[in-house]
Amino acid sequence: MDFAFKNKRISGILTILPKKRVKFEEEMANYSFSHAKCMKLKLAMGYNEHRVAEAGQCSSDFCVFGLQYLFDNGLLKPEEIDALLFVSQSPDYFMPPTSNLIHGHFGLKHDCLCLDINQGCAGFEIGLIQAFMLLEQDSVNKVVLMNADVLSSKVSDRDRNSKPLIGDAAAITIVEKCCDDSKIFANVKMDGTGALALNIPAGGFRQPSTSETAMMEEDTSGNFRSKDNLVMQGDFVFNFVQREVPPMIEHLMEQAKVDKDDVDGFLFHQPNKFMLHKLADKLEIPYDKMPANIVENFGNASGVTVPTNISFNLGNDVVEGKKKVCLAGFGVGLTWASILMELGNLEFNQIIEF
Amino acid sequence: MREQIIRILTELRPEFDFSQNVDFIEEGMLDSFDIVSLVSELDATYGISIDGMDILPENFATVESIERLLIKNGAK
Repeated sequence: MDFAFKNKRISGILTILPKKRVKFEEEMANYSFSHAKCMKLKLAMGYNEHRVAEAGQCSSDFCVFGLQYLFDNGLLKPEEIDALLFVSQSPDYFMPPTSNLIHGHFGLKHDCLCLDINQGCAGFEIGLIQAFMLLEQDSVNKVVLMNADVLSSKVSDRDRNSKPLIGDAAAITIVEKCCDDSKIFANVKMDGTGALALNIPAGGFRQPSTSETAMMEEDTSGNFRSKDNLVMQGDFVFNFVQREVPPMIEHLMEQAKVDKDDVDGFLFHQPNKFMLHKLADKLEIPYDKMPANIVENFGNASGVTVPTNISFNLGNDVVEGKKKVCLAGFGVGLTWASILMELGNLEFNQIIEF
Repeated sequence: MREQIIRILTELRPEFDFSQNVDFIEEGMLDSFDIVSLVSELDATYGISIDGMDILPENFATVESIERLLIKNGAK
């Protein structure tokens, strides 16, 4: 499904990372790999260091900390917020919406739409598209998009498919109306037949958590996890990404009538380094235009990897100048989405720790 | 090419004999993590990039299937 927007811009991005760092070397003993195999995988997959929330730190805590930072530093005024979008798969509660909790924490105005969106790997693109649609309304001038996930505690310590890569983080993106009429192009695709390829089997209404769902079981690959843990069919997801993402990006370029060579950066979701390099090769994009360093430095925090990628790799380049960027997310849902837009003259683009 | 493939496989999993005529996947001689390391090694050795869509277990089941995969992806 194609979308196009104009007179909208991202005016700031703040990434909030947990202070706690966990090194791959500290966890290697959990995975029953040989040392040599670990070292090979470290290089190929980007296993290195990931950021993990402390016990008790919830998604909303990161968002509240980030918003307070923006208010304190004069980068955002509470009364300007017309919509508060919270995109996550780790809400504080089943009910109420986490966006309402954050709204209440700051006592924001009543003329403000709070909306929780359950999306993961493509959550930044889905959230941006929702923000752009809201900004079509006369009553909405500024949207605060919050992507946040603290899923690391849902991954078994002995799951070598996911544990070395998972990270926790949040990002706050300010999206607003502007006079710049350069077009924003986007597309989104879904395939619910693969919905359970990435899932947490127990803990919802379909299968509530019990002492039985907490029992650890070994899978055919030697991973140990319970039904309360996140499970990912790694091979299936890898093949889905390699099959679906390149044509999506080619289609986006055709839609926008833009040549890939004219795009300054391809800021993609980062499940692992190997997958990113294979996508870059297939799309014939130089590695320096498609950074693959988020997993090795911070871990994969689902929908937060793309804003982290922008904050970490573009930094001041999009504060002092402008870049044409292609953003893409793909994974849980199955959902895959991409956006081509100008990113520039941001009021802030930085990373802070909580 | 065949000898080179066996050498790379043996370096990866020295505990197995890859010259025997068995299915490496069914026999548990290669898992998905080995395939990631193997693809990285083959890419570097032959100066190619194996297409992500070809990274399927059946293409790594025997020395012959790996050889076919390499040729398909431009290895000489």
